[in-house]
Amino acid sequence: YFDNVPQAPADGILQLSVLSKADSNSRKVDLGVGAYRDDNGKPWVLPVVRKAEQQLAQEAGDHEYLGVGGLPALTNGAQKLIFGADSAAIREQRVYSIQTISGTGANMVGAVFLKQFKQPTDAAVYISKPTWGNHRNIFETAGHEVREYRYCNYSTLGLDIDGMLSDLRAAPRGQIIVLHACAHNPTGIDPTAEQWAQIADVMQERAHFPFFDCAYQGFATGNVDRDAYAIRLFVERGFELFVCESFAKNMGLYGERTGCLHAVVASSARVAAVSSQMNRLSRATISTASAYGAKIAGKVLQDPELYNEWIENMELMSARIMDMRTQLRARLEKLGTPGDWSHVTSQIGMFSFTGLNLAQVERLRTEFHMYLTNDGRISVAGLNTGNIDYVAMAIDNVVRN
Amino acid sequence: MISSVVRASLLRRVVGIRAQSTWTQVKMGPPDAILGITEAFKRDTDPRKMNLGVGAYRTDAGSPFVLDSVTQAENQLLHEKLDKEYLPITGLPQFTRAAAQLAYGSSSPVLDRLAITQSISGTGALRIGGAFVQRFCEGTPTVYVPGPSWGNHKAVFGDCGLTVKPYRYYDAKTRGLDLEGMLEDLSNLPRGQIVLLHACAHNPTGVDPTPDQWARIQSVVEENGHVAFFDMAYQGFATGDTDRDAHALRTFVEAGRAPVVLAQSFAKNMGLYGERVGTFSVVGASRDERARLESQLKILVRPMYSNPPVHGARIAARVLTDPELRSLWLSEVKLMADRIIGMRVALRSRLEKLGSSVAWNHITDQIGMFCFTGLTAAQVDRLAQEFHIYLTRDGRVSMAGITSANVDYLADSIHAVTQ
Repeated sequence: YFDNVPQAPADGILQLSVLSKADSNSRKVDLGVGAYRDDNGKPWVLPVVRKAEQQLAQEAGDHEYLGVGGLPALTNGAQKLIFGADSAAIREQRVYSIQTISGTGANMVGAVFLKQFKQPTDAAVYISKPTWGNHRNIFETAGHEVREYRYCNYSTLGLDIDGMLSDLRAAPRGQIIVLHACAHNPTGIDPTAEQWAQIADVMQERAHFPFFDCAYQGFATGNVDRDAYAIRLFVERGFELFVCESFAKNMGLYGERTGCLHAVVASSARVAAVSSQMNRLSRATISTASAYGAKIAGKVLQDPELYNEWIENMELMSARIMDMRTQLRARLEKLGTPGDWSHVTSQIGMFSFTGLNLAQVERLRTEFHMYLTNDGRISVAGLNTGNIDYVAMAIDNVVRN
Repeated sequence: MISSVVRASLLRRVVGIRAQSTWTQVKMGPPDAILGITEAFKRDTDPRKMNLGVGAYRTDAGSPFVLDSVTQAENQLLHEKLDKEYLPITGLPQFTRAAAQLAYGSSSPVLDRLAITQSISGTGALRIGGAFVQRFCEGTPTVYVPGPSWGNHKAVFGDCGLTVKPYRYYDAKTRGLDLEGMLEDLSNLPRGQIVLLHACAHNPTGVDPTPDQWARIQSVVEENGHVAFFDMAYQGFATGDTDRDAHALRTFVEAGRAPVVLAQSFAKNMGLYGERVGTFSVVGASRDERARLESQLKILVRPMYSNPPVHGARIAARVLTDPELRSLWLSEVKLMADRIIGMRVALRSRLEKLGSSVAWNHITDQIGMFCFTGLTAAQVDRLAQEFHIYLTRDGRVSMAGITSANVDYLADSIHAVTQ
C-alpha cells in the first residue's frame, strides 16, 4: 500500500552527529552539536534545575493535564522575563502567552496562526540569509511563501546592514519578518542597538510584522535584559509582534521541550479573540503542552532564590563560551593564521561562522576528525581547554594549505 | 532613545494602524464545551456537586491517581541523574520499542517492519497520522469517524486539510452499536478511504463492538480497500487486560489485508496525562518499507516540534521494561478498570432498585471511561440546575467522576429527571 512512499533525505545536522559518533579517533572534536557542553565536553544539567527537580519530587505532584494555555507559572514568568516585569504591554494586558513544545513548537503555532490570519493574505515570510535550518521548513509547511533578506556579509563575517535594510524596504508592505532576538543562529552576528533602531524604523515604514525567535536569552551576553533589548525596543515602538521563546539552551531543558509563544497586540480588547484562536489551533495539534519541563522552569522563574541561582548558572555558561572565543581568536592570531579573526569574538552566542569553505570543512572532518556543518559554522560550546589548541592548529592547517 | 513625546505620538500612529490592520479580522473562536462545564462546576458551591465531564481518572476519594509504578519509575530516574539532551526526532527508542510490543503483542511478526515515532500523546499521534495520510494516501481520501466520536478528531484531521465525515455507529434507540448501519456506510464509500476506529472503550459512547462484530467490520474494511486508522487511548482501561483490549487491532494486523496505522496514548492507562506520552505507527510491508516510512515520519515531525519530550517517555519505558514495575502497573490498570466497572454496576443496580421505568442495561454493557446515558439535553440541564451534577449535553458521563460516596445521589438524581 505504501509502495509510493519514497525514502526521505536525512537531516544534515543529524547526519553530522551520526558521523561524529561513529568516529573513534581520540582527538575527535564535535563542533556540530547545538547544545551546551562543559569544559569536559559533557552535557551540563544546570544545578538549579536539579534543585528544582528535587523540590518537585518532594512536593509529590500529579501528572494531570495542563490547561490549553499551559502552566501559568511558566507563561507568566516567561512573559516577565522576555518583556521585562515593568513592561507596558504586560501592564496594559496586551500580551497573550501560550506554552509550546519548545522553540520549534512556538514557531509552528505562530506560523500556522499567521497562515490563517495574516494581513495581507499573501504576505510572505522573510528569513535571514542564512538562518536556522528549520525556519524555512516550518513556514513552508504552514503554507507560506518564504523569501530571504540579506544578513551575513560573507567577506567581513559581520552584519550586512545595508543589504538587510534595503531588502526590507524593497519588500511589499506588511510582510512577516523573522528576526533573531540575540545570538543569531548560525552566524552569531547580532545587530548593535543603533542597527536595531534602523531595522525598527524600516519595519515601521513598511508596516512589516516582527516575528522574533528568541532561543538564547541570557545565553548570549549572560544578561537577560541586554539579550531582550531588541524585543523590548520593538514593543516600546508600538509594534504588534510574536516572540518564540525557548528554554532549551538557557535553562538546559533541551529534551523537556519547554517554550512559549507570546503575542503582543495593539489593545487588550484584541487578546480574547487572538488567544481563543491560538488555543484552538494548539488544541488541534498537541491538545496541551508537556508538564514536567514547564514545572521546572516555572519554579525557577517564580522563586527568587532559584531565579538568582539560574542567572549565575547562565552567566557561567555564557562566560565559558566567551572565554573559548577569546582563546580561539588569540591562538589563531598567535599562529599567524591568514585572515581576520576578530569575528570570532565579535560574534555572539553558541555559534560562530568561521568563514571556512566546504573544502576546508571536509578536510577538517577527514584529516582532523573535527566535525562542523558545511557552512563553516562551529558550535563554540564544543570547544574546551582540552581541545582548543588542537582546533586552532587544525584550522590554521586547512586555511594555509 | 527617542523623546517620550515623539515616542508617544509614534505609538499612537502605529497602534492606530495596527489596531486597524493586523488582527481586526480575527473572530472569537468557538467556546469549548467541556471547559464550560468545568467552569460552571467550579462556580457551584453546593456540597453535593459532581463533575461528570472530567476526562481523567479519579480514585474513589475523587482525587487524581498517580500510579505507584509511575512514581517508582520517576524516583529511580531522578536518582540516576540523567541528562536532558534532545531525543531523536522519533523519540526514545526504548520507549517506542516497548510501546509497540504492548500494542501489537510482544511476539507479533510485524514488529520488525513497523515504522513508529513517539508523539505528543494521542492528539499528537493523530496529527502526525493525519499529516501522513494527507501526504501519502492516494486520491486525498476522507477520514470517516464514528458518529459520535471524540470532539477533537474533527479539529485535528480538519487542520491537516482532510475532510472528516461520520459513519453510523451509535444507536440511540438501543444505546448500543448500529452495526448494520456502520457496515452499510463503510461499504458504500469509494474505495481506499481512511476509517477511524476506536480500538477499545469508545469515546464518548462506551459502546464497543464484540469480537464477532469486529470480524464483520474487518471484512468490510478489507473488501473496500480502506485504511484502518486505529485510535487506542484506553488499552488496559477497558477490560483491565491489555491484550484483550488490543484484540481488534491485532486481528486486523494479523490478517494483513488492510493497511493499519495506530495512534497510541499513555495518558489514561499510565496516568501520564500532562507528560504527553504516545506513539504513531504504520505497519509496513517489509523492513525496507519501514525505513522509507520512518524517514517520512521524521520529515513530518521536524517542523511540528523537532523532537518529543523526554521525561514521560523515560517513565513509560521504565515501567514497561522493568519486570517488577510492569507487573505493578498492570495491576494498577486493572484496579482502575475494575473501579469503573464497579461504579457501572452500582449505578445501574441503584436505578433499577428505585424502580426506574427506563432500561439501564447499557450502563454495564458499555465499557471504559465514558457512558452514554441517553439523557436528553433538557434532562442534563435539570441535573445541573437542580441537582448540581455536571455532564456534557450529549448525555455523556465520565465514570471517573463517580465514587461510592456519590453514586447513590447520582442514581437518585437521574431517576428524578427521567420519571
